[in-house]
Amino acid sequence: MGYPHTSHPKETPVLSQYFGDPGARSLDGWKQRGGYRALEKALGMSPADIVNEVKESGLRGRGGAGFPTGVKWSFMKPGDGKPHYLCVNADESEPGTFKDREIMRWTPHALIEGAAIGAYAIGAETCYIYIRGEFTEPLRVMNAAVKEAYAAGVIGPNAMGTGKRIDVHVHKGAGAYICGEETALMNSLEGKRGNPRIKPPFPAVAGLFGKPTTINNVETLAAVPHILNRGAAWYKGMSRGNPKSTGTKLFSVCGNVAKPGNYEVEMGFPFKEFLYELCGGPLPGRRFKAIIPGGSSVPIQTVEEAEATVMDYEGFIAQGTMLGSGGVIVFDDSQCMVKHIARLARFYAHESCAQCTQCREGTAWTTRILERIERGHGTMADLDTLLELADQMTGKTICVLSDSCAAPIVSGIKKFRSEFEAHITGKRCPMGATAAA
Amino acid sequence: MADVQLVNLTIEGRQVSVPAGTSILEAAKAAGVLIPHYCYHPSLSIAGNCRMCQVEVEKLPKLAPACATAVAEGQVVHVYSERALEARKGVLEFLLLNHPLDCPICDQSGECELQDYTYREGRAEGRSQEPKRFNPVEDFGGDVLYVTNRCILCTRCVRFMDEVAKDTVLNVSERGDRAVIGKFEGKDLTHPWASNVVDLCPVGALLSKDFLNKARAWELDRTPSICPNCTQGCNTILETRDNVVVRMRPRTNSEVNRYFLCDEGRLDYRWMNRTDRVEAPLVRRGDRLVAVDWEEALKAAALHLNGKRAFVLASPKLSNESLWMLSRLVEKTGGRGAFRVAHGPEAPLPGVPDLALRAERAPNVRAAELFGFTKSDTPLSALGSDDVLVIADHELAPADAEAVQRAASVIVIGTTLPEAARHALVVLPATNVAEEEGTFTNLRGRVQRYLQARSAPGMARPVWWSTGDLLAFLGERAGYFLASEAFAALAAARPEYAGMSYDTLGLKGQLLAGAAAPAEAARS
Amino acid sequence: MGGGHAPGDTSHGDRGHAHHDAPYEPVFVGAVKDELTEILGRYPTKMAALLPALWIVQRERGWVSDSAMAEVAQLLDLTPAYVKGVVTFYTMYHQHPVGKYFVQVCTTSPCGACGAEKVVEAFLKHTGCGELGATSPDGRYTVIEVECLGACGFATPVMINEEFIESVTADKVPELLTQLP
Ligand SMILES: Cc1cc2nc3c(=O)[nH]c(=O)nc-3n(C[C@H](O)[C@H](O)[C@H](O)COP(=O)(O)O)c2cc1C
Ligand code: SF4
Ligand code: SF4
Ligand code: SF4
Ligand code: FES
Ligand code: FES
Repeated sequence: MGYPHTSHPKETPVLSQYFGDPGARSLDGWKQRGGYRALEKALGMSPADIVNEVKESGLRGRGGAGFPTGVKWSFMKPGDGKPHYLCVNADESEPGTFKDREIMRWTPHALIEGAAIGAYAIGAETCYIYIRGEFTEPLRVMNAAVKEAYAAGVIGPNAMGTGKRIDVHVHKGAGAYICGEETALMNSLEGKRGNPRIKPPFPAVAGLFGKPTTINNVETLAAVPHILNRGAAWYKGMSRGNPKSTGTKLFSVCGNVAKPGNYEVEMGFPFKEFLYELCGGPLPGRRFKAIIPGGSSVPIQTVEEAEATVMDYEGFIAQGTMLGSGGVIVFDDSQCMVKHIARLARFYAHESCAQCTQCREGTAWTTRILERIERGHGTMADLDTLLELADQMTGKTICVLSDSCAAPIVSGIKKFRSEFEAHITGKRCPMGATAAA
Repeated sequence: MADVQLVNLTIEGRQVSVPAGTSILEAAKAAGVLIPHYCYHPSLSIAGNCRMCQVEVEKLPKLAPACATAVAEGQVVHVYSERALEARKGVLEFLLLNHPLDCPICDQSGECELQDYTYREGRAEGRSQEPKRFNPVEDFGGDVLYVTNRCILCTRCVRFMDEVAKDTVLNVSERGDRAVIGKFEGKDLTHPWASNVVDLCPVGALLSKDFLNKARAWELDRTPSICPNCTQGCNTILETRDNVVVRMRPRTNSEVNRYFLCDEGRLDYRWMNRTDRVEAPLVRRGDRLVAVDWEEALKAAALHLNGKRAFVLASPKLSNESLWMLSRLVEKTGGRGAFRVAHGPEAPLPGVPDLALRAERAPNVRAAELFGFTKSDTPLSALGSDDVLVIADHELAPADAEAVQRAASVIVIGTTLPEAARHALVVLPATNVAEEEGTFTNLRGRVQRYLQARSAPGMARPVWWSTGDLLAFLGERAGYFLASEAFAALAAARPEYAGMSYDTLGLKGQLLAGAAAPAEAARS
Repeated sequence: MGGGHAPGDTSHGDRGHAHHDAPYEPVFVGAVKDELTEILGRYPTKMAALLPALWIVQRERGWVSDSAMAEVAQLLDLTPAYVKGVVTFYTMYHQHPVGKYFVQVCTTSPCGACGAEKVVEAFLKHTGCGELGATSPDGRYTVIEVECLGACGFATPVMINEEFIESVTADKVPELLTQLP
């Protein structure tokens, strides 16, 4: 199917197969569509075999960092006598990203199934699904699905009648982008301010409530049942020749594009074809100007760079950016880049947890400078200051929110310098009239 | 403890070996290198938030926060590499971004780590042209003011209240650059140990109301001392300006008070500056007390004591030296000694083992008892009508007044002349803790030195001195000129103090023979 | 201030509280208390129930007052200052009363590129709020700008209380408002 439009023939709908299909939401509906077979199978396997299968599949984290999921799971030492936890990262707050939302809205049981398999594989009896507070509909759907799954004995003290305990709880966030960072999420779950923690210790050693914990993104976990059902080799086969990036990936597309929405393609899909064929290209009479392909935290690409990109972890890096969360933000030639970069900086300034000096002060300071340039009161020296501040904000803080603020600033000034200069020399936004068209 | 693994590393070219698990910051300290830092404090959990302690570690791609990075074998650490200096310069610029730069009117000026490091490593001028963020000064209650604009959000204060005082009255409120230290309406910093946040604050954001605008840090003289306000014996620094004690601050002693002082103790120093003092030896001539020289006064006192029993009412605030000398007077005359100690509520600092504001509000109860003085709420009840009452700087309660009248005669050795002892025959002026050198024995038997912080008024002398001279007039060999000599004589005479001297005591003190170190006791 | 304050009531901090002088009525009584007990069973610590407990307060009272923070603190063995530190971290807890309809419009770049500012303007105009964060004189509306709502492909998403509305444009605003009860 697909939502908001039916899947394009060039898509490979695995996770998105039932997007837009309300029948898939219920437990029965999900079972009719093949649901919970993988969990049944998994509970009959040894955790180590599940971990190996996932390792073998090449699945990498879809939350942004792209860490191999099987390897992450293998850090959890079975039988250490401590409670283990699985956290599901459903905080999805990275500007440009809205894929986990659709997974939860349409296929809540896909997530519960994946989470239950993950929990069993890492020796956890408890799994918390941390959903951002603004996701009122996904929260309603997930809560109902969890309730249904408990009632049917799919999860609970005797999951699928196997005698194994798998508890799943939905935990509602309360408005903080930073809680998507894994250790901030754990602090938030524990009832604290959502401050990222210093690492080490890593979550696999001391995570939620100080206990060994694994955290995975919604999309990562939703892929797991498919891997168990159809095998690692099948999953690995969905790739265009790069064994490091396998499977399908949901890309959320937004901004100035004809058909915004979620698209699921094989890793390695050509970005140009993606943008112009699947997403319908620019709006009538417009041209693409800049693309941020992996959520707002990754470097901005020019159209030329984007068109030369293949869509996998390595492919985006080769073109100066990152796959990140797969949130593709498109700006066309009606948009003022200075304005958007300033607005993104403001986002990070708003969301900084306030621990690290460089981030707390740097995000706010760069925002003020950028907004001043946007208003036509900037100087050329400001650009140097911005780049230097961005350097001070990169690689020096507890988490990478600070780096994320710096990334679009550095790439923006580098790639769209003339727009900055035009604001400075012209003392106003040259696109003032059309900026918000 | 024996099997602690040592790790060898190089910091700024110096080799050090430290136990595994030590932070680079602490290892550097051991090597004599101070890595600039703000949020780190050895008594608090690692927050790693200020990012000031960044250093370059060879083979690591990123700079490492020294407070939050454990040492590793063979590590080579550069504190002053160009990259590390650049990063710290950046942090300093960020910290000053919204800072009002009001050092000339800031109490912290001169002892401010923001000033110090900016001077050492900061930029000559900030580059920001943006308006500064402004927040008003907040009264946090207790003795504490919060000057929001100077706060660098290191969270030391929050962590102290949470982890050490275990009374979470402070928080970080809001986020981003709107973040400030906050509290809850109606819940103040009234914890009995709360004022430590003022010392812990590395900048001028938390100020003592008591010290507000009193003196500039660089005008102060600092003297190691011991808090005289309870039996805990916290180590202090007495800060004086022009011979006036203006502030008392903690001096680190991991065995006693770590880095802390209680509020009651720290704020109770004004009496040390009292001006209604006895400044000269006085003897009675008819109905008047007249000033005389020391010799005449001592002779008069000796005459009154001759053949009589002395009843010595000795303050538990006196030094070991003085109490011991007074105990010899008791012994010499076949008399008795007693004292009363004031009480108040006990107030532990939960995060530190065996540290509390003790119920007994005097520093030397232990020695007073050791030297044979009887602790009693009515210390004069055993006073005989033939006794000569020697009041050694002991306070007289209204109830004591009648008993005082009972004595055959009264001799006062004291800083002041109590109303109820106005009929004394001899008055010998004494110094207070700030005006002399001496030692106290705390409740756990730790013998600790204090040094002289201000000059004594007039002719006042330490009690051990005048008492020693008095004993000499009574035929004892007891004249000492130095506190160290008096202490050496005490150590020779009393087995509990055997082997101790001012040299062996140093500034951390020593335990009485047979007393177990509280920290040891807590560990085992 | 009248003399009717319950012990521990700190409602003098509750600026704009409609019942300024009324004694504080605890939120967690009866079924609501049971709900919290059930939630506590999901976590190994009491503290972990803090965000859920604050959500309950907001659901019951529309906002989280100082007095409510003190109540939650007591129930979870925390201090009121701790709770306040947490409340102020998260943007979704209202520390002051808000209008009957709390309107949140995403204005982060992706939505900004699709006309979110116009949507905000339309809301401010048609609700009579005039400015961001202010409550309209009739007490019906409060409009604020928020950061990315995680629905960027449906620009511009708007939340009105619990309702999440996709693809709002400036011209749809008047009709949206008239549909509200
Ligand atoms: C500032 C910041 C925000 C993040 N937000 C999210 C998020 O909203 N959702 C998510 O899944 N991961 C997010 N991440 C990544 C997580 O920290 C973590 O890597 C991820 O949840 C791990 O799951 P995965 O291995 O399945 O990708 C964020 C990271 C940072 C630094
Ligand atoms: S980088 Fe920013 S968001 Fe991350 S921990 Fe530091 S201050 Fe918080
Ligand atoms: S008030 Fe002082 S101790 Fe507290 S956070 Fe601010 S700078 Fe640090
Ligand atoms: S605990 Fe006792 S010794 Fe320590 S500061 Fe307080 S009063 Fe002084
Ligand atoms: S002292 Fe190390 S980060 Fe603050
Ligand atoms: S930017 Fe508006 S919903 Fe993401």
